[in-house]
Order: sequence, then C-alpha cells, then structure tokens
Amino acid sequence: MAILFAVLFYFAGILLLGGLAWRIADYWRTPVPLKIPTTPAPTTSGGVVLRMMREVLLFESLFKSNLWIWIFGAMFHFSLALVLLRHLRYFTEPVWSWVALIQPFGMYAGIPMIVGLAGLWARRIFVERIRYISTPSDHLMLVLLLAIGISGLSLRFLDHPDIVGVKAFIIGLLRFDIQPLPDNALLYVHLGLVATLAIIFPFSKLLHAPGVFFSPSRNQADNPREQRHLAPWAAELEK
Amino acid sequence: MAGEITAPPYRVIPIVPALKPGAMEGTKPFIANDKIQEALGFPGELVEDWHDRAIAKMGELLKKYRAFKVYLDACVHCGACTDKCHYFIGTQDPKNMPVARQDLLRSVYRRYFTLAGKLFPKLVGARDLTKEVLDEWYSYYHQCSECRRCSVFCPYGIDTAEITMAARDILDAVGYGQKYSNEIIGKVHKIGNNLGLPGPALEDTLAGLEEDVKEDTGVDVKFPVDVKGAEILLITPSADFFAEPHIDGLIGYAKVFHAVGASWTLSSMASEGANFGLFIGNYEQMREIALRIRKAALDLGVKRIIVGECGHAWRVAYSFWNTLAGIGAGANDPFAVQLQSQLDPRYKQPTHICEYTWDLIQQGKLKFDKSRNDKYTITFHDSCNVARASRMGDEPGGQFEIPRNIIKAVANNFVDMDENTIREKTFCCGGGGGLLTDDLLDLRVKGALPRMEALQKVADDHGVNYLAAICAICKTQFSKTLPYYGFKRDMIGGVHQLVSNAIILEPQE
Repeated sequence: MAILFAVLFYFAGILLLGGLAWRIADYWRTPVPLKIPTTPAPTTSGGVVLRMMREVLLFESLFKSNLWIWIFGAMFHFSLALVLLRHLRYFTEPVWSWVALIQPFGMYAGIPMIVGLAGLWARRIFVERIRYISTPSDHLMLVLLLAIGISGLSLRFLDHPDIVGVKAFIIGLLRFDIQPLPDNALLYVHLGLVATLAIIFPFSKLLHAPGVFFSPSRNQADNPREQRHLAPWAAELEK
Repeated sequence: MAGEITAPPYRVIPIVPALKPGAMEGTKPFIANDKIQEALGFPGELVEDWHDRAIAKMGELLKKYRAFKVYLDACVHCGACTDKCHYFIGTQDPKNMPVARQDLLRSVYRRYFTLAGKLFPKLVGARDLTKEVLDEWYSYYHQCSECRRCSVFCPYGIDTAEITMAARDILDAVGYGQKYSNEIIGKVHKIGNNLGLPGPALEDTLAGLEEDVKEDTGVDVKFPVDVKGAEILLITPSADFFAEPHIDGLIGYAKVFHAVGASWTLSSMASEGANFGLFIGNYEQMREIALRIRKAALDLGVKRIIVGECGHAWRVAYSFWNTLAGIGAGANDPFAVQLQSQLDPRYKQPTHICEYTWDLIQQGKLKFDKSRNDKYTITFHDSCNVARASRMGDEPGGQFEIPRNIIKAVANNFVDMDENTIREKTFCCGGGGGLLTDDLLDLRVKGALPRMEALQKVADDHGVNYLAAICAICKTQFSKTLPYYGFKRDMIGGVHQLVSNAIILEPQE
C-alpha cells in the first residue's frame, strides 16, 4: 500500500508542479499587446500590487458583484488557507513553531471550509442561472473538495489514525525513503482524493489561482499616455 | 425579426430576470459582402475550409494575446457576472450572460486546445466547432457591445469584450464578417471617415456651420481644416459634422477654442475619431486607422492632439494610440520619437476635449451664463469605453469627475442616476461595439432597458429632462431608443452642447 501511494504521490507531484510550471511559463511568455486595465485603475506599479493584493486577499471585485458568492467563496478560501498551513506539520521535522501554534485553528477551519463549499454547491444546484452555466466538472470539483474536507475532518475528529506513522510516511516520501503507510481506509480515501486534486489541478479551472496574477485587466498600470507599451510582434509591424 | 419592436417593461424591483432560452436566437446583423470583406483583406465569403482555418486562427490569437488565453482558462463559472450585462437584463436570453457568451467559444477552445476537452469533452463542457456553432458565434458575438461591465465584477477581471473581439476576428478570418463595421472601416481607409464624407464635402459642411454660428451668436467662430502649422489638431467622430445632437458638440468645441484664441485645425484625411478596428478585434485594422492621425499630425506640424466627444475613439486614443502610432509620450524608439519630439510635452497627448475645457475653466479663462441652461435638469451618462477603459486628468476616476465638473460649471441643475448604474458600473447605452445598426434595432431597444430604468427614476424624482453624454454612439443610440421608452428623442445631448449654450463670447476684432 505504501508503495502504491508513494508512486501515486510522486506522479501527482510531478504533474502538479510540472503542469503549473508549464502553464505559468506559458502565460508569462504570451505577450500583452495593448493596455487594457479595467479602469479606474492604478497608474503606478505600486498601485497595481495593492489592487492585486485586495483582489487576492479580500476578493474585492467579487464583493462588489455578489454578496452570497463572496461569503461562501471567502469562507472556503480562507479556511482552506488555514487548513493547508496547519498541514505543514506533516512536512517538516521539527515542526515550525507558528505551525504548531495554528494547529487548533487549522483543524476547526475545516468546518467553515465545508460550509463554504456546501453553500457554493447549493447555489450551483438551486439558482437557475448558475445551474445553466455549470458543467458536470463544475459540480464534481465541488464534490471532490467536499469529500477531501469531510474525510479530513472525520480523520481528525471521528477517527484515531496512527498520525505518527502518517507523518513518517510523508517525511519518507520527501527523503525518498519509503516508510510503511498506516492501514486506514479513511486515510486512503483522503490521500487518494488529494492526489486526484493535484493531478487535475493544472488541467482545470483551478488555474484561476495562477491566472489571476496574469489577468491584464487587473495587473496593468494605467499609464498608456505616459509610457509607450509595445509587444515584440507589434513592433515588427513598424519595420 | 417579425413583429413590432417594443421596449421591454421596466422591472418593478430590479431583480435578476428569469431565463428565456432562445429568446434572441437567430438575431444577427447583415453579413458583409465580398467587396466589403476583400477591401479589408478578409475572405470575400465563408471559405470551404472554415473549420480548420477558424481553429488555426484561434491558436494564433492564443499565442498573441495573453488576455485571451488567461480569460479562457481562469473562469470558474461562479456566476458573479451573470446578472451584470444589459443585454441579458433586456433580452433574458441566457446566452447573453457574460460567462455563457464566453462559453460559446470556450467550449470550442477546450475541445481543441486542452487535454480535458480532448479526452472528456462532455465532462468539461467542450464541444466541436460545427456550422451551427459558427452561426451561434455570429449571432451572439454581435449581441455584445464590448462595454467591459462584466470585467468590473469578475473576481479575475475576465473581460468578455476580449473574447468577443477574438471571436469576431476569427469570423472575419473565415469570411464571415459583419457588414456594418467592415463597410465603415473600408470607408475610413478609402476616404478618411466613417461616413465616406470626402474633403470638399466636409469643407462645405463646415463653411455652412460657420455661417450658422455667426447668425446665431454674431461671432465669427471658425472651423478650420488642414491648416498647416496650427497648434491643435482636433480628431472628432465624423458624426459631429452633421448629425443631431452631435453637431452642437462640435460648435461647443469651436466656441471654446475661439474664446481662448487657440490655433486649431481639423484634418480632411484624418476626419474620424472613431476606430471600428477595435470592435472587430483586429489589431492591424485598428492600427491602420490610427496611423492616419499620426500622418495628419506630422503633415500639419501640430503640437497638440485633442479628441472630441466620442467613447470608443477616446479608448483607442487614450489607451492605444501610443502603442499603435506613437502618439503620446515616454517612447525612445525612432518611430514614436519622430512624432513625440514634435508634440508639446507640457500637455498630455492626446488630450480629451473635456480635459482641455476643464483646465481652462479651472484657470478662469472661460466665462459662462449658467442661467442659459436653467431650463434643463441634467444627468450624466457615463459611456462605457470612457468609464471602464480610459482616464482623464491625473487621478484614476477623472473620467467621471471632469465631465460632471464641466456640467456643474455651465449649468445649475445636475443630478446623478442611481450609483449602481453610473461610473465604473455604468450601463452601456445598448448601441456600442459595432451594434449601432438598424438590423439590430430590437436588440438595441432591449439592451437600453437598465439605463432607461435609471433615467426614469431621476426623471420622476427630479424632473431630469437632459441626458448628457460624451459619446457619438450613445448620442445616436439614445436618439433612436428614447422614444420607445416614452422619452423625447432630443433629451440626449452632449456636454459641449451645454458649454455652447452657456459660453459668453466676445466678438474678436
């Protein structure tokens, strides 16, 4: 079982990191021929950094557009961040002090995380216009995340997994020294779903995560009169 | 479309309308004929290998435009944008929801360019490009006015306009072009403006205007053309030369220039501010049109370029002229420097006529009798391209403040519409983006609904009887659609029309 999951995680890791690197490099290399920030927009790059931070940390545009999606979306994302950060305890030895501090927060954050997901899924099912635009993969993505959240919460609050063994396995993966994996069906489910998420990440709409940083309507400074902005292929037209 | 065109009813409470699938199916503008297409270098009619060519064109655009690529990947179908488009609100056709409109193309992108779409199309909403899909694109990508309202509300700033522009560029590349926009672009290339108004006819029109203004005011306000060595080159939408109410705007600009003794000129070969290359999403066409302004500026040796009241023209001028034609500042390449070294660096190049006039007002150089506008209670319609794709002045948002400041300087009664319908959230007039054609009148009337609702409220509550706008398309669209909603067609007017009413001119010696 340990070998099986080791292979699965190495495969998933390569696909996730390699896929993301590929996509990010692709976005980076693709030119932006015109200045198209959605105005009003900051006129300096410092202002752009602030705009991007407000977008990524506070979901500013989403707040302007729909309070419900903002509430459930923010709830999910902020909880997810806490959950992910507290999971760092499994990846370092010794555990970093701040990671140790946030353990209870990260564990209970699993609850608003699945409440947020459930709210988003309910919207997708019951609101006509959201149902209209939803593909099967949109529903399945939420189901996947819900299953990860529920299996994780169950492991933490309802089950008693051999957590020391789990950590030994994970550290072993990082050191290329495969250790046994505790025999726990719920654990296999949780780990298997996480690997699935990692595998599909670079092929799915989860690319919105790196993508937002490359969105010209948000990451461009509004200074076209002050500085000439010219893409290489457009410069060719002048030769 | 069979049947009489009527305005949709106002919503009692502005809730999200129920979906009416297929409501606007088959709505489409006239298709361009082979003469019009070939004049722009596009295939004359739908080519036999349209499928492969369309996919190839999509691949080409994905490599050239980061926005196109990122926006297709980043959408998570959250639905924040769904209730934000005026065409969806007015038509209730779900394909007019911005995300659904994007998905018409995204579904094909996923099928041919992504692993998930190639392996599991039904799972991820991917589909083949069939003739039905191509026709659907032609229909629904001419039901988007490229107003960017959706991009304000999308968590990632996805701009449906960029998808619409790409779709139209793909359609043009396979010979499936729109008559209205492409014919107009052809006229600019051939004659210099959207109307096909040749130089002598333009001069004639302006001479007539000089006589009219002299008769009205007793003052010799001039409308110079092709004056070499003039300081200011005015680039304005050709509608300003003869359409109502646009022409009153032109008179307003001329009066302002006259009042301060400015040396200015129009150009007969660059007699068009509008740039429909933007609407069809074609960089080369947009550039070719912009280069006319560069040529005129170099030929006439002007120091300053000012743009008149036109929405998308201002977007192109403000955001793109520096890129396309070197009109601006801050360049160090020979092509741009050739023009930029001639232009006066003390001024922003180009300048909007509202920036120009507001500067003069702040310096106390213009005198007004505000009471001449007392018969009006005025509200201001923020035009989409100005609001969401440009700036005026030094601060972000100047494009909202400066026109309002001018109105308040020349008139006593000003009221804003509901704050969710103005400024960056402004509702498109319903006629922009290449849709200002009678073969789309039903769509235009329906698309105007949210703006009309907001207008009705201030008309009822404050007696608003003047809708001010600084866009030639908005002025024409509102002239046409206001009556469908029970308003008088002459309720729409420009900002410089109000300036023209109130400005006090001394006859020059």
